[in-house]
Amino acid sequence: MKRLFSTVVVTLAAALTLSACGGGDPLTNTSPTPADSGAAPATGGGGGKVVVGSANFPENVLLAEIYSQALEAKGVQVEKKLNIGSREVLYGQVKSGGLTILPEYVGSLLAFIDKSATAKSKEDVVAALKEKLPAELEVLEPAAAEDSDSLTVTRELSQKVGLVTIEDLAKVAKNYTVGGPPEFQTRQEKALKEAYGLEFKEWKKTGDATADAIKDGTIEVGNVFTTDPKVIINGLISLQDTKHVFGAGNVAPLVNKAGVNETVTGTLNAVSAKLDTAGLLTLMKRVSIDKADAATVAKDWLTQNGLA
Amino acid sequence: MREEPLVRWDWIGRNWPSIQSLLEDHVVMSLVPIVVGLLVALPLGLACVRWRGIYQPTMSVMNVTYSLPSLAVFVMLIPVTGLATRATVIVPLAFYSLAVLIPAVVDGLGSVPDHVRQSAVAMGFTPLRRLLLVELPIAVPVVLAGLRVAAVSSISLVSVGALVGRGGLGYLFIDGWQRQFYTPIIVGVVLVVLLAAIADALLVLAQRLLTPWSRARGTT
Amino acid sequence: MNWLVDFFGDPANWSGSDGIPVRLAEHLQFSAVALLLAMLVALPLGLWIGHTGRGALLVVLSANAARALPTLGLLVLVVLLAGLGTDLPVLIPLVALAVPPILVNTYEGVRGVDPDLRDAAYGMGLRGGQVLGRVLVPVALPLILLGLRLAAIQVVATATVAAFVGLGGLGRYVVDGFATNDYPRTLAGAVLVALLALLVQLVFVLIQRLVVSPGVRRRNAVR
Repeated sequence: MKRLFSTVVVTLAAALTLSACGGGDPLTNTSPTPADSGAAPATGGGGGKVVVGSANFPENVLLAEIYSQALEAKGVQVEKKLNIGSREVLYGQVKSGGLTILPEYVGSLLAFIDKSATAKSKEDVVAALKEKLPAELEVLEPAAAEDSDSLTVTRELSQKVGLVTIEDLAKVAKNYTVGGPPEFQTRQEKALKEAYGLEFKEWKKTGDATADAIKDGTIEVGNVFTTDPKVIINGLISLQDTKHVFGAGNVAPLVNKAGVNETVTGTLNAVSAKLDTAGLLTLMKRVSIDKADAATVAKDWLTQNGLA
Repeated sequence: MREEPLVRWDWIGRNWPSIQSLLEDHVVMSLVPIVVGLLVALPLGLACVRWRGIYQPTMSVMNVTYSLPSLAVFVMLIPVTGLATRATVIVPLAFYSLAVLIPAVVDGLGSVPDHVRQSAVAMGFTPLRRLLLVELPIAVPVVLAGLRVAAVSSISLVSVGALVGRGGLGYLFIDGWQRQFYTPIIVGVVLVVLLAAIADALLVLAQRLLTPWSRARGTT
Repeated sequence: MNWLVDFFGDPANWSGSDGIPVRLAEHLQFSAVALLLAMLVALPLGLWIGHTGRGALLVVLSANAARALPTLGLLVLVVLLAGLGTDLPVLIPLVALAVPPILVNTYEGVRGVDPDLRDAAYGMGLRGGQVLGRVLVPVALPLILLGLRLAAIQVVATATVAAFVGLGGLGRYVVDGFATNDYPRTLAGAVLVALLALLVQLVFVLIQRLVVSPGVRRRNAVR
């Protein structure tokens, strides 16, 4: 009896082990596909499954959901990999085909690929991207919706010290601590110094808690994304980027060319055509403040705009 | 932040399907390391008992892997096992299980009283029969104690994988943190603890089934 | 190997608020305070339950339950509730993690003392507290110290997660390295934590040599 029990246990375990070596994403509606791996080559020529990835902040998760559901409505098979990491981690995945689509921001993307880029307006940035992106990658039509990095302070501080632009900040920043996601310092420290002569006393890695950290005084300045509803709710104000260090932040899908076909690109372009900053801000309010889930909010928006 | 209630019960109802998927993923990612760990620890532990010399070096290696922070290992494995894949979480957790299970196997086999082993020899048991019919069964309580610790630790550690894109129920912690939303976090913590409790109970049950003689004696 | 040489060879990594000395100090501080708090809770509890035999079920249940608590989940929850003003939030999940090994090993250590020794002590006229302090604890010391050692390693390794919510410590290198795709940084963080954990182990081995009476034999540990 005991031997039988042991045999059954071992067999079950072995079976489970073997089946688990496949593994798909639990967050998809479709059943897990076998032979999934982050480094898998592109599914080839479109018409196959697309993998939509997202960076690790709520807006990007929302955008990924919007893209995914819009594609699914058009019959495309989608696998979602949400909330993974920063662009530094994800870019390579899109390039190698492990991810097919990633919601991106044209200005930041350009700065990431080409640190010496000087393009500022949406048109210039997109043109520069077309030039600088490797052959495997492509940026589709940018939306009107913009979300950029910022340097944000409380309204009190802005009034007390007279801070309206980042130039104003540069005069006092030596006494201030700045917060933001972990990659903020490596990405922007040099650019801010060169453009504004801006130097901070300390760089803290406050991540998703940045807006609250500014409010409760842990940091004086922080990088809060411009569509974060917390800017209004926490009584914060973003300083004007007069020298355009934070480039045009228009939302656009970054795609691996081999993994997408015309249905996919057409659908994504249709989504971008309807996405504007005011709309995005409203959606973010629902996600961050009302605690509605990205999937639901995406579905509602797509239905309202006739895209799903 | 106090305006946000601790738990929004309707959220749970609406999101049950996705919670279930995360739970499923979590179970797989905690189960595989333990099973693999046990399957490897048994022969390795046996080897350490047979050739005492390799026990110390083996444990030194295990000690080092045990002191590596799990998050760092996940990150470093990504180029090898892929981003947001199960393997990235399973491989390190299997090693952590080994670090607990090898000593458990060695101590378990070591807990076999000499006179019992000698009786088995006297009765004409071959080494293999001795192992399977006498030594391993007696080692079960100690091995299972180690297995319980490995299981509970695995289940808890899987959630750290969320920081690199695959963490089962850990996703709920990240989502809740990003949106300052308590409900998913609390649901996640409760489910992880529940999962661990169930695993623990199942292993205790397995111990009772596998060691009927201890029930007769009235001890566990 | 080149990566490590580059990272540790760069003087910029040894100075400033993100330098190795500062991060190391922060990490040690979290770990030490968490371990101390866990000791304050688990040692008296383990000794008392081991000595009187009452509440043994509590030991087993709470030890297993505490080990099951997901560090990341607790950390995030506490920081959301308490804010980032202090480092206190990171202590709570760390203490929860450290209590089980200390509690269980202390309990097992005291309970596992040879009953004959205990009887002899009572026979000599020692009272409860004296039996505990003069006989049970010294004999149980190897196991108690082992529990402390295990807890310390767990805490040091797990304190790396604190960086996710913006706190300091060696985990900063791991998290920032991942965010900026800077693997040498992540690797350096891992190596530093591992070295720290090994150092902690060494310290405990030394303490054991100093404090444990040579007449006491080592028994099996409970992880």
